[in-house]
Amino acid sequence: MSDWRYRLAEQRGTLLAIAIFLVMFVIYVSNHPAGFTANVVQTAANKGVLLALVAMAQTLVVLTAGIDLSVGMVFTLTNCIGSYIVTGSMGTALLGVLGVLVTGLMCGALNGLIVIYGRLQPIVTTIATGSIYYGIALWLRPQPGSDDNFNSDIADLMTSQLPGGIPMSLVALLMVVLVVWLPFRRSAVGRAVYAVGSSEVAAYMSGVPIRRAKFVAYTLSGLLSAMGGLYVTFITYSGEASFAGGGSYTLFSIAAVVLGGVSLFGGVGSAVGAIFGALAFRTIGDLIFVFDLEALWQELFQGVVLLLAVCIGAARLFQVRNRLDLFS
Amino acid sequence: MSSDDARPAMRLPAALRRIDPAVAIAFGCIIVLLLLGSLYSPEFLSLDYILQQLKVASFLGVIATGMMIVVLLGQIDLSVPWVVAVGGMMSCAATAYGEIGALLAIPFGLLCGITLGIVNGIGVAYLRIPSMIITLAVNAVAKGLMVAYTGGFSPQDSASAAMRFIATGEIVFGIPNGLIVWALIGTGAVFLFTRTSFGRAIYAIGNRERAAYLSGVATQRVVMIAFAISGGLSALGGVLLAGYASRAAQAMGDPYLLQSIAAVVLGGTSILGGRGSYLGTVAGVILITLLQSILSVMQMEEFGRQVIYGVVIIGMLLLYGRERLLR
Repeated sequence: MSDWRYRLAEQRGTLLAIAIFLVMFVIYVSNHPAGFTANVVQTAANKGVLLALVAMAQTLVVLTAGIDLSVGMVFTLTNCIGSYIVTGSMGTALLGVLGVLVTGLMCGALNGLIVIYGRLQPIVTTIATGSIYYGIALWLRPQPGSDDNFNSDIADLMTSQLPGGIPMSLVALLMVVLVVWLPFRRSAVGRAVYAVGSSEVAAYMSGVPIRRAKFVAYTLSGLLSAMGGLYVTFITYSGEASFAGGGSYTLFSIAAVVLGGVSLFGGVGSAVGAIFGALAFRTIGDLIFVFDLEALWQELFQGVVLLLAVCIGAARLFQVRNRLDLFS
Repeated sequence: MSSDDARPAMRLPAALRRIDPAVAIAFGCIIVLLLLGSLYSPEFLSLDYILQQLKVASFLGVIATGMMIVVLLGQIDLSVPWVVAVGGMMSCAATAYGEIGALLAIPFGLLCGITLGIVNGIGVAYLRIPSMIITLAVNAVAKGLMVAYTGGFSPQDSASAAMRFIATGEIVFGIPNGLIVWALIGTGAVFLFTRTSFGRAIYAIGNRERAAYLSGVATQRVVMIAFAISGGLSALGGVLLAGYASRAAQAMGDPYLLQSIAAVVLGGTSILGGRGSYLGTVAGVILITLLQSILSVMQMEEFGRQVIYGVVIIGMLLLYGRERLLR
């Protein structure tokens, strides 16, 4: 017998996210004054990839049944660091890129260590570490700016269009999925992350390496946030320590994760779903521009969409047979 | 805790000696902070300075009270920043509508906050959406409403005389009115937690909602009311802040999310719910306010304050906020 039903059920959240994104994107493009051109796609992709990377970062932690409220601040911090060290020739700029990514890894590892060995709740831990990361970012960049020797070649390359109008940022995102997410998902540690998220006690009883799983999840989360921070450096050529900016990336990452079918209770979902959740969320936010409404309404529009999207999650109430199941 | 012997908290009367170590440590830290501050400048131990700090603390105290009720349930209210702003902005907006508006300013601000709190509550209690998401979404909606209403600028309406009075005036013996408001709210909270079935239900739900439900508690209604109270208290914090500054501002509530959670958690309330005392929250609020004040007296820059906040929160929680080891 084939197991396609099971596989389909497992991917339902991801498929739904893809469907929502496609519908939104078709509405967006068909109402856009310029239509479906390479430039429209490129602009949308560059914006979407930022959120997609942060949403992937959030996914990894959410899969362990935790939450990372510092993703936006790691994003901001690495953006500021990137604006300092992605400089000079191609060689030194690449070293700078490496430095930025290592910073992200360290931020994630710190979160992980505090959660695992400090035994503090992820939500409080990451609020506090987020404050620290933001403080460092503010120290580095009290004013928005960039280094005089900023290597814009590498930035232009990463945000360019490939022949055929394919945005480089989407290719980079695909590479991240292929190089980071898929190997992780298929590894023993990746499976352990899902097990920890489903039931930490059961995972512990089964001899799953809980600590290693959590540590890898938090560390990779830091790495992915740093990739997002790096990308925003590539797009803006500069670094900015904005509290509101970092905070909104954290908020949007949670929204994207929810839209992408990742359960906040842990153990269910995939980073691919979160990517499409992020792209869908960005498209929804931009719909307001193609419909020529005032930009002032964008915040409200996004908020209402977010509110409605999370209420979709309440649909499972109709499946509850026993009132007691409400309280699980 | 043997390290408590050296702490002043242990010299309290026997009735208070059964106090939670977390609360004792928090109060101990307050005294250490005051002493450290007095090395820097003797002003720190003067009555004027302490009253001034308590006045500033009262805004956070009111907001943290609402946060504590929600945290006791095992939930969290991330909508604090913009519910605070809604409270401040809407009460100022009402003031602009003549005399009746000025009279109704405070109730109107509170009502807006309670409404947002009820939306949170319906989402958490009846739609069973995790509080972290629904409160974030309500925060986004509140922000959207305020940005659309004000056009993205700080509103020009100023606070009503009554708002200014409760935030900055003094009725008796030089005690700031803000502090009296906090004291009233605090007394109400203590009464609620220790003397009413509603308060008991909050602790019960925080421990295990299923068990509370089976024991006959209308858990969904309790959760919804708790969120409504939290929204109302956030808005009251906004009203006080607007009264203090004479006007509302964009992002006026932003610092209060981190600070209110920190105050509640540093006071020994478990973020998982079901455990914590109001005295601890009072200690947490004063601790955060003092820390902030000392850092600003030392002319620490904003980035340093952010880093120190984070380090202090994690450091103190490592002292007493750890979960049990999984075995």
